[in-house]
Amino acid sequence: MNVVPYAVAVWLLAVGVYGVVTSRHLVHLVLCLAVAQASTYVLLLAIGYRTPGRAPIFFDIPPGTPVVDPVVQALTLTDVVVEATVTAVLLALAVQAHRRFGTADPDRLGELRG
Amino acid sequence: MSPAVRRGVALTALAGLAAALLVACLGLPDFGHPRGPYATAVIPLALDARHVTSVVAAVTFDIRGIDTLGEELILFSAAVGATVLLRSQRGEDDTRAAVERQRALAERTPAPVRRVGAALAGPVLVLGVYVVAHGQLTPGGGFQGGVVLASAFLLVYAAGHVVRLQRVRPVALVEAGEALGAGAYALVAVGGLVFAGAALENFLPYGTTGQLLSGGTIPVLNVAVGVEVCGAVALILSELLDQALLRHGAP
Repeated sequence: MNVVPYAVAVWLLAVGVYGVVTSRHLVHLVLCLAVAQASTYVLLLAIGYRTPGRAPIFFDIPPGTPVVDPVVQALTLTDVVVEATVTAVLLALAVQAHRRFGTADPDRLGELRG
Repeated sequence: MSPAVRRGVALTALAGLAAALLVACLGLPDFGHPRGPYATAVIPLALDARHVTSVVAAVTFDIRGIDTLGEELILFSAAVGATVLLRSQRGEDDTRAAVERQRALAERTPAPVRRVGAALAGPVLVLGVYVVAHGQLTPGGGFQGGVVLASAFLLVYAAGHVVRLQRVRPVALVEAGEALGAGAYALVAVGGLVFAGAALENFLPYGTTGQLLSGGTIPVLNVAVGVEVCGAVALILSELLDQALLRHGAP
């Protein structure tokens, strides 16, 4: 059994979360979160992949051709959109935090508030 | 907690998590052989019942149509939220100052950047409309096409001097587009309730599979989402750019 695609998803999640935990800059933190979230795309698409499968678009291939799972592709689309919105709101929050505290280092935000 | 200790704790915890997830992955379907019954069941549904050739579009806008309504409202509220956050500490004067700085910077935009931006804006706009309009036939659709459309606006922004910025990026129009798109999707959902008895149920003629106007409500929803995504992305990016101009754009 080929576990490499799943291992890629686990690896992306691990490095993304590691980046979030050790981040020294809020923008870097948001981008690390995006990396961690990318693991879900890889996982979903890996679950739905079929060998040998075409894209689930029947515009130019006859019905009955083996295709990859379209349901997980639609889920991935939702996932990408939600990730983009989360990134936008978090970046706006990072701008606000930088304005209020004069720093973008997550560690120093707490010091200043205390 | 010192950075070194934190790194140690994080590495230990993540190693454990990764090991547990890898073990869990052994129970997943073998790569290349999806087990989900819907993987094959939705295909005749999309082709024969909904007359669309892009099965992903049928899943997104029909089978999971209500989810997509929620997703679209998430995008809508996130764009509004980000805009409110970015504008909250900024007065009218600041906004005017940002516009002035844009003008001043636009004057100094290097000529090659302006030419490339101006040359690409038109084709990218057409590409965006094409991707939105063919969402039910070929890969693409409202979400993807909307982002392409928003990038056409940004190219104009980058081109700067060629077209006057205030006229091209009227924030009110972008905001209205975002709201209109979200509202149109909700209206189609209500239309299904009124004309067909269930929210988002198709109430338009299906047309001929493979034609531009086919798939009933799916192309309508694609256009609504395209307008909404274009407005939301353009709004968020222009707010972030204004922020950058206010902080660092002093001519």
